[in-house]
Amino acid sequence: MDTAVTAKKKWWSGGHSPFNVSYGKLMMWYFLMSDVFTFGALLISYGTIRFMSPSWPDPNAVFKSFPLMGHADLPLVFVSLMTFILIMSSVTMVLAVHAGHMRDRKAVAKWLTWTIIGGSAFLACQAWEWTHLFHEGAWWGKNPFLNVDGTQASTNFTNFFFTITGFHGLHVTSGVVLNIVILANVLKGTYEERGHYEMVEKVGLYWHFVDLVWVFVFTCFYLL
Amino acid sequence: MAHTHTEAVHEEHVHDASTKGIWKTFWILLVITIIEVGLAFLHLETGIPPKWLLNSVFVGLTVLKAFFIVAEFMHLRNEIRNLIMTILIPLLLFVWFIIAFLADGDSWKNMRKNLSPGTPAPVEKVKVTNEEAHH
Repeated sequence: MDTAVTAKKKWWSGGHSPFNVSYGKLMMWYFLMSDVFTFGALLISYGTIRFMSPSWPDPNAVFKSFPLMGHADLPLVFVSLMTFILIMSSVTMVLAVHAGHMRDRKAVAKWLTWTIIGGSAFLACQAWEWTHLFHEGAWWGKNPFLNVDGTQASTNFTNFFFTITGFHGLHVTSGVVLNIVILANVLKGTYEERGHYEMVEKVGLYWHFVDLVWVFVFTCFYLL
Repeated sequence: MAHTHTEAVHEEHVHDASTKGIWKTFWILLVITIIEVGLAFLHLETGIPPKWLLNSVFVGLTVLKAFFIVAEFMHLRNEIRNLIMTILIPLLLFVWFIIAFLADGDSWKNMRKNLSPGTPAPVEKVKVTNEEAHH
């Protein structure tokens, strides 16, 4: 692989990756592409059902609670906090990748730890939100919230909300587990021995993808 | 493969040691999110901007955020063209997916509204045009 990338380089003539990345990283990108279409299908089906419904519950009337604030009317505040936590954990992840490039083992371990804490905090928030909604009577097949126009809403709203945020939460959970595995390897010195921290990059790609999906979930369920 | 790895790592050693770009991206993402939430509150309090405009702004800002996450955090901006195109071109399918499925949903809504029992409007209209044709 030439260090200088020139326009005339023949990427498809063999002897090197035509994508200029390792096999593992390319496959992570391909996996993420498949996941993009999975989440895309879920969100588009949600959009289709929402477009064919005469009326729909107002997200600001549903997601308006904050822990320990009782019945205070605080739309968007809690989910903004969740969004901030996830963006922050994406930043600590990219700092871990950066430290890996610098071969700074201690810094990689530090930033990975912060990423794990951020991911866990996000999951804790989601657990609280789900529990709160459950106590309000919302679950798959149960929707206590009225439509904006005051009519009885179908269960489509809660079904899509729990399925899609649940599927995203599952991805965050896998991300946290992967990060813990990677952190253990960093602490053991596996990557120091291997000579590079590319594994941190691959898990980093996955983690940023989880953040990316949340950006869309946040817009589709809480803003629109 | 091992050969490729060592050289790739060697290349990365040349990389910029500063984390300025990362923090800049963080601030951009944070500011966009704050703008989104701020606009949502503005709409709740005053009803301005109108819902259709607000939603278009939200979708635009979401795509902007997605761009920064993919380009900066996932480093796609620094990959070669082959990889960038491999990722971006299949995403064009979403243009069709979104237009087709949302239009389908909307058409269903209209059919349910216009064809539900006790909705005489379209039938009368047809009768009027038929009578006019007879005269």
